[in-house]
Amino acid sequence: MKTSKVKKLGKHRNKNNLWQLIVLIFILILCIAISASFGSADLSVTDSLKIIASRIPYLGKYINLSVITEANPNYPKIVWQIRMPRILLAGFAGCGLSVVGAAFQGLFRNPLADPHILGVSSGAAVGATIAMLSGIGFGFLGLGVIGTFAFIGAILTAFIVYRLSCVGNKLPVVNILLTGTVVSTMLSSIISLLMTFNHDKIEKVYLWTMGSFSAATWDKVLFLAVFTVACCGVITVFSRELDVLTTGNDTAESLGINTARIKKILIIAASLQVGACVSVSGIIGFVGLVIPHCIRIISGSKHKVLLPLSGLGGAIFLIICDTIARNAVAPSEIPVGVITAMLGTPYFIYLLQRNKRREMLH
Amino acid sequence: MNKNLNKTEGKGIVVESLSWHPPKNEKPVLNNLNCLIEKGNIYGIIGPNGSGKTSLVKNILRFIEPEDGNITLDEINLKHYKRRDLAKKIALVPQNTVLDSSFRTYDIVMMGRIPHQKRFANASETDSDMVQKAMLLTDCYQLQDKSVATLSGGESQRVVTARAIAQDTQWLILDEPTSSLDIKHQLELMDSLKKLNEKKGKTIIAVLHDINIAAAYCNRIIMMKNGQIHSNGKTEEVLTKENLNNVYEVDFEILENTRTGKKYYVPYANDR
Repeated sequence: MKTSKVKKLGKHRNKNNLWQLIVLIFILILCIAISASFGSADLSVTDSLKIIASRIPYLGKYINLSVITEANPNYPKIVWQIRMPRILLAGFAGCGLSVVGAAFQGLFRNPLADPHILGVSSGAAVGATIAMLSGIGFGFLGLGVIGTFAFIGAILTAFIVYRLSCVGNKLPVVNILLTGTVVSTMLSSIISLLMTFNHDKIEKVYLWTMGSFSAATWDKVLFLAVFTVACCGVITVFSRELDVLTTGNDTAESLGINTARIKKILIIAASLQVGACVSVSGIIGFVGLVIPHCIRIISGSKHKVLLPLSGLGGAIFLIICDTIARNAVAPSEIPVGVITAMLGTPYFIYLLQRNKRREMLH
Repeated sequence: MNKNLNKTEGKGIVVESLSWHPPKNEKPVLNNLNCLIEKGNIYGIIGPNGSGKTSLVKNILRFIEPEDGNITLDEINLKHYKRRDLAKKIALVPQNTVLDSSFRTYDIVMMGRIPHQKRFANASETDSDMVQKAMLLTDCYQLQDKSVATLSGGESQRVVTARAIAQDTQWLILDEPTSSLDIKHQLELMDSLKKLNEKKGKTIIAVLHDINIAAAYCNRIIMMKNGQIHSNGKTEEVLTKENLNNVYEVDFEILENTRTGKKYYVPYANDR
């Protein structure tokens, strides 16, 4: 009798998570469509959905855009060439940052861990600043100069922090956190120093560090998509190891997990992901910290569920934030990082309070 | 041939001239230590603070690598085991069992099955059976749906013990398993370890501070002092007045528990 109870409980939870996944995917599609209809040219949600669908292979053949193009021949172009890259870039960045945030919170056993904790983002900012100040003119992978430099800065920083925090073949969590924070602070002061010598560029550098998707292109989308699929894929493969790592290093090793190797793989994947995100969009805070916590409250701590749901949640959240960022005070823009914090904090506090009340009832 | 195999496997864990000292520390914690841990017994490792009990256990679990000397498990050097294979042979209940994650108790115990599972496989019938049995044995079945962060110290100790039992290994190492348990649960835990030993032939190695618990449940005692084995053998042969006095620097009175017939050890501070 008791056995059946155990199994039922396990299965019930799995089913719930599947529903949550389906609901989030649905919301994501809806958000993309709604976001694509917002802007100076006024489209209906169904029209934007039609335009997007018409670009999907196979599906596109069955969609007739003649009504929309009759109204304004530029509409498909506006949606597909201007709005979609930006929406997708925000989506991939939100996904990547949230997955990395969730993984870091588990890996470092620290609820305050976020994707920028290794100093990767500050490294990217230094790279970007140097590019902006020096006026060098080349780039690769469709990133442009600033993006390329930011990416190089990010990867270099990750490497330095990693090397500095190794003790023998071990990688103590406290070392990484402290080294990351200290290196990050030092890099920030380098940026400040560079800015004091170049007063005219202060605004440009400052706005870059606040994060924005306004320079989105399909090339950038492709670049970030490749990194997001690869890095988030790798991180998700190690969900079970992450589960065990949250209960401590010794326990993980006694359960047969090569913790040093897992940490190394996860940190490399996460750093590449964060570097890719930051180099296309600047430093967007808050998503990677808060979205995983929200998902954890809703669907538990198992990384197998937490990572994919965080990815979807992050994508949805950042798409909404960026839609507000570009439309609230149109034609000018609010930095998206401002919106993430202003929108995310109240919701997070609401979830925390609700959770507290629930636990008190039990 | 089968018999031969059993014979070699019967040797258990052999520790040869093991030395180890913590990084940046001059004084070795383990100093040329030799020790044989035979299968099928319940071992109690006792000794004063700093005598190297936990370090010995950590070496056996390969959390730390020996500087000098060898450890073999079933005739194979520990170095040659893959972590996962080692986890199928030895399970651990660590000293600190505080669980601050938001996992459910059931999920934590299920983690014990990881060494036996394929990467993307879901829990099999065997897995959930093992987990259920382990939870019943350690009296934490009723906690299965609770978040581990809400458990008391004793409860999480039992949950972690259940995880180690669910790991279904020949060897079960417990580092001070009774330290945060009340008397009832101390006895229940030791009873269930004894049951595992008798029914399934599991070898139990427990680092213990309570000499009376050790005397009541262990049939072998490893007594440590200054990073070496002071004595290793049958409980009644090792737990003598001289040995205890020598190792702990405290006088002991050995009484008999009239109800169980076991020896009962009462310490007296020297200067009193």
